[in-house]
Amino acid sequence: MTKNLRVKTGKAIDETYRILFKFNGKTYYGFKGDTLSSALLANDVHLVGRSFKYHRPRGIMTAGSEEPNAIVQLHDKSSRTEPNVRATEVEIYDGLEASSQNCWPNVKFDIGGINNFLSPLLPAGFYYKTFMWPASFWKKYEYLIRKSAGLGKSPTEPDPDVYEHKYIHCDVLVIGSGISGIMAAKTAAKSGFKTLLVDEKPNLGGSTIYQNSDYFKINNQNSSSWLEKEINEIKKLKNLEIRIRTSVAAYHGYNFLLARENLTDHLPVEQRKDKTRHKLLKIRAKKVISATGSIERPMIFDNNDRPGILLSSAIKRYVDFFGVACGEKNILFTNNDSAYETAITLIQKGINIEAIVDNREEVDSKLLYEVEKNNIKIFKGYTVTDTFGYKRINKISIKQLSKDGQKVVGSKINLSCDCLGVSGGWTPAVHLFTQSGGKLKFREDDQVFIPSIYPSDQLSIGSCNGDFTLDEILINTPRSLKEFLNIKNTEYENLEVISSANKSKRNIWLLPSDKVLGKTKSFVDYQNDATAKDIKLALREGFRSIEHVKRYTTTGMGTDQGKLGNMHALGIISETAGAKMGELGTTTFRPPYTPLTFGTIVGRNVGEYFDIFRKTPIHNWHEKNKAEFENVGQWKRAWYYPKENENMHQAVQRESKAARESAGILDASTLGKIDIQGTDASEFLNRVYTNAWSKLAIGKCRYGLMLNEDGMVYDDGVTTRLGENRYIMTTTTGGAANVMGKLEDYLQTEWPELDVYLTSVTDHFATVSVCGPNSKKIVSEVIPDLDFSDESFPHMSFKNAKIGKINCRVMRISFTGEHSYEINIQSNYGKSVWEKCIEAGKEYNITPYGTETMHLLRAEKGFIIVGQDTDATMTPIDLQMDWIVSKKKYDFIGKRSLYRSDTIREDRKQLVGLLTEDPNEVLEEGAQIVADVNKSPIEMLGHITSSYYSPNLKKSIALGVVKGGKNMMGQKLIIPMEKKNINVTVADPVFLDKENKRLNA
Amino acid sequence: MFVINCPFCGEREHSEFKAGGEAHIVRPKQPTELSDDEWAEYLFMRKNIKGIQFERWNHAHGCRKWFNMVRDTSNDEIKAVYKMGEKPPIK
Repeated sequence: MTKNLRVKTGKAIDETYRILFKFNGKTYYGFKGDTLSSALLANDVHLVGRSFKYHRPRGIMTAGSEEPNAIVQLHDKSSRTEPNVRATEVEIYDGLEASSQNCWPNVKFDIGGINNFLSPLLPAGFYYKTFMWPASFWKKYEYLIRKSAGLGKSPTEPDPDVYEHKYIHCDVLVIGSGISGIMAAKTAAKSGFKTLLVDEKPNLGGSTIYQNSDYFKINNQNSSSWLEKEINEIKKLKNLEIRIRTSVAAYHGYNFLLARENLTDHLPVEQRKDKTRHKLLKIRAKKVISATGSIERPMIFDNNDRPGILLSSAIKRYVDFFGVACGEKNILFTNNDSAYETAITLIQKGINIEAIVDNREEVDSKLLYEVEKNNIKIFKGYTVTDTFGYKRINKISIKQLSKDGQKVVGSKINLSCDCLGVSGGWTPAVHLFTQSGGKLKFREDDQVFIPSIYPSDQLSIGSCNGDFTLDEILINTPRSLKEFLNIKNTEYENLEVISSANKSKRNIWLLPSDKVLGKTKSFVDYQNDATAKDIKLALREGFRSIEHVKRYTTTGMGTDQGKLGNMHALGIISETAGAKMGELGTTTFRPPYTPLTFGTIVGRNVGEYFDIFRKTPIHNWHEKNKAEFENVGQWKRAWYYPKENENMHQAVQRESKAARESAGILDASTLGKIDIQGTDASEFLNRVYTNAWSKLAIGKCRYGLMLNEDGMVYDDGVTTRLGENRYIMTTTTGGAANVMGKLEDYLQTEWPELDVYLTSVTDHFATVSVCGPNSKKIVSEVIPDLDFSDESFPHMSFKNAKIGKINCRVMRISFTGEHSYEINIQSNYGKSVWEKCIEAGKEYNITPYGTETMHLLRAEKGFIIVGQDTDATMTPIDLQMDWIVSKKKYDFIGKRSLYRSDTIREDRKQLVGLLTEDPNEVLEEGAQIVADVNKSPIEMLGHITSSYYSPNLKKSIALGVVKGGKNMMGQKLIIPMEKKNINVTVADPVFLDKENKRLNA
Repeated sequence: MFVINCPFCGEREHSEFKAGGEAHIVRPKQPTELSDDEWAEYLFMRKNIKGIQFERWNHAHGCRKWFNMVRDTSNDEIKAVYKMGEKPPIK
């Protein structure tokens, strides 16, 4: 039977509402308002997990998002399962199931616990040092290491929840709703600023909201009552938006912040249906006020990690806020006054305190006197040297500290306990501030880093700015706010404040012990099991940079990012290396502050919404006719149209044969189309293409090749002269947007004197391409009024026409080497023109073909595809396309680069055709090309860029790039594959109809 | 994520813009008369400054205009934006 450790009047708890939940398979109950950790503690459960490396039993340590130990798996084996969730942040609900991580077979008996006894063999860098050799064994090591590494299990089923992204713009963002955050939000909102207040917890008020002792008063009221009234007031403000359960994850430049709002995690699973789980808020704030508070420091002594050891402030929160005592025999260990606040709470609630161990010798503190009045033994000038108890602390040893704090003296005293609260002072939560680019300074008095230089319009107030006591906060906050918001007055002038805490602290980063360091386990990073000994070892081994020490020892690299222990690690490094803390700096704080789920990050961009995709106006026809699609850029293009049980190869063979023998039809709507107008349009084309354009007659088309300024092929396509000052340029499907951008760039920046205007019309036209010996008959039937005779309408020319009443442009151009026509028509008529062509082509077995067949047909003809046969290292000369480079033009983009020392090398990779010895052997695209397989290392001459079996030529054909290939015509080369070497012969890249008879047929 | 003050449209999100490298590199008017080294200077050589840098930006998902920006690369502070062809307002 477990104990019940509830004490009455927990502020957040509704004792009339019982909630049943399961932890490690056992059913417990808690109340509405409990977190998983408070409910477990109420049931006297401290042991919740095992540590990462030594599998030491670990208990709940904190009451907030800084928790390193109590990380659990929720709803194991369900699609909603989530690992690494902090029990201190989980609000319990009916049906909650949680389990411990990193233990097997269970948390009470964990096989991995043997590592604890082997720990002398597992120092910092153990894995790096041990698994280095022999190198060939790494595969075996890796398997075993991966199996034992990692915390928790990721879900294996799709996430059933919905996530959203939301943009928020505000004048002032206030992060944190403690007393200073509330003051800031109220002041900002009342001064006319549109204000957003966020807090990671489900309630407002921070820690002041349960501060109800006579030692902390504002205007003669308990500070909690005073704050409660303020909160009630701000809830009525119209200018203020409040979002709770909202944790700021990242603070970027220009006051751009990401926050996660948690909307359903606190609800029973059955109530979450149809609700958004998390919202990722993308906040752009004119001004940001950080009131993120501070995190209590633990203290570093031998065995400081046992279940039952908590932060003193957490004990106070559990009692005051949740009505839960963490133990029945409590000891507090402190170096400052905070623990006495906890002690007074425990006394008020009638919870037993065995003793208080205080590092400090003599302190003049009202809080301490109050505790002494209650006959509680205070060991002044003492330190804890060791703790005992495996699954729960049951005893501590203490000794007196020497005057300089470096040693322990006198005799050992043992004290029994079941809970030890530690307080090592406070660390400002400056994570977000530094993420934003802020610079910290080190305050020697109390050994804290506080904000110093703000990189944007922002302010830190309250304890995250180093104001730890009530009087400091109430005096400094209004003053800072007035200046920051540029206002004359706040409501917080002349408050009467009673703040009784003494500010003294005796900071000792690593407490002395009566044992040698090597025999102690003084944990600095609880989650990753990094000890003070490990840090000192790293320093002995020569590590100096804190970033290196961090990585070598893994200090601060857990899911908690070392929120508790990083300062101690720095302190120990500073003391050991004799460097000043301020000069040492901190490790980099990186987003997110607390972990985000992948769902939150991707939001609605899942499944079909993962990326935009574009469909042509003829898409539905392709779908209806069972086309397979391929992605080309963002476009979905018909890839091939399998009939019955055809595979891709069979379909492509059939389609390409039909296109050459009778008629084929292709949806070419995806090609980029740019309308170019202006009196300098011809001159502009002269400058952007390698060939000459001035003499192109109106109504004629020309193929153009576009280079980058470095001389490498960038894009290609056919451009048609529509009128004196008007052209329509086509670009590759994937290159359309980039070409448009590049042309705009030159027009706006290099040649602003040119009178040229560019308009992207890719989406405005559908393009139906009909090719093959019967293409003329088909298009003549679709457009009966047009003269298709070769005299009037030769290859590479264009005509305006009408289909019914609708204008269209017909180009006689070809990418297949066949006689072919492209009909361009307003997009919404595209499908009907396509269907007309199909209907007219029936008697000629018109065959729709996809991109795969298009690629085969153009390869037969030796036409390149930019991006497949080229890769930004190919000049037109390398492509054996010297014919398209104008010798006469004075300049065009990339011209000068064509005769740089590198581009005129004879042994550059050049595009050639390749024929296999065995005509049925089809090469693999990407395969290497070599000349000699006997010489080691084998020299690589190039690779295959395109390869197909051509049904028209009845043999395998390939294009490839080969060093010096231009001069290797007829030479034998080898394609070495895994199982055999394939012999090939270098050939002309034009495999079919070199004389262009078919084009002009 | 900057907020960029497009000289034509006003303040817009970073995501609407594309960076275009160093500014004020003029394309030579007579490239064919340059030596390999001179051409390489134009083609390849770019500064990578920690501090004040002059850059080209394009309001790609907006007005499509190119413009210049003065940015401190050490803290991403945008010191000025100005149109193509204009002299930098800061040295």
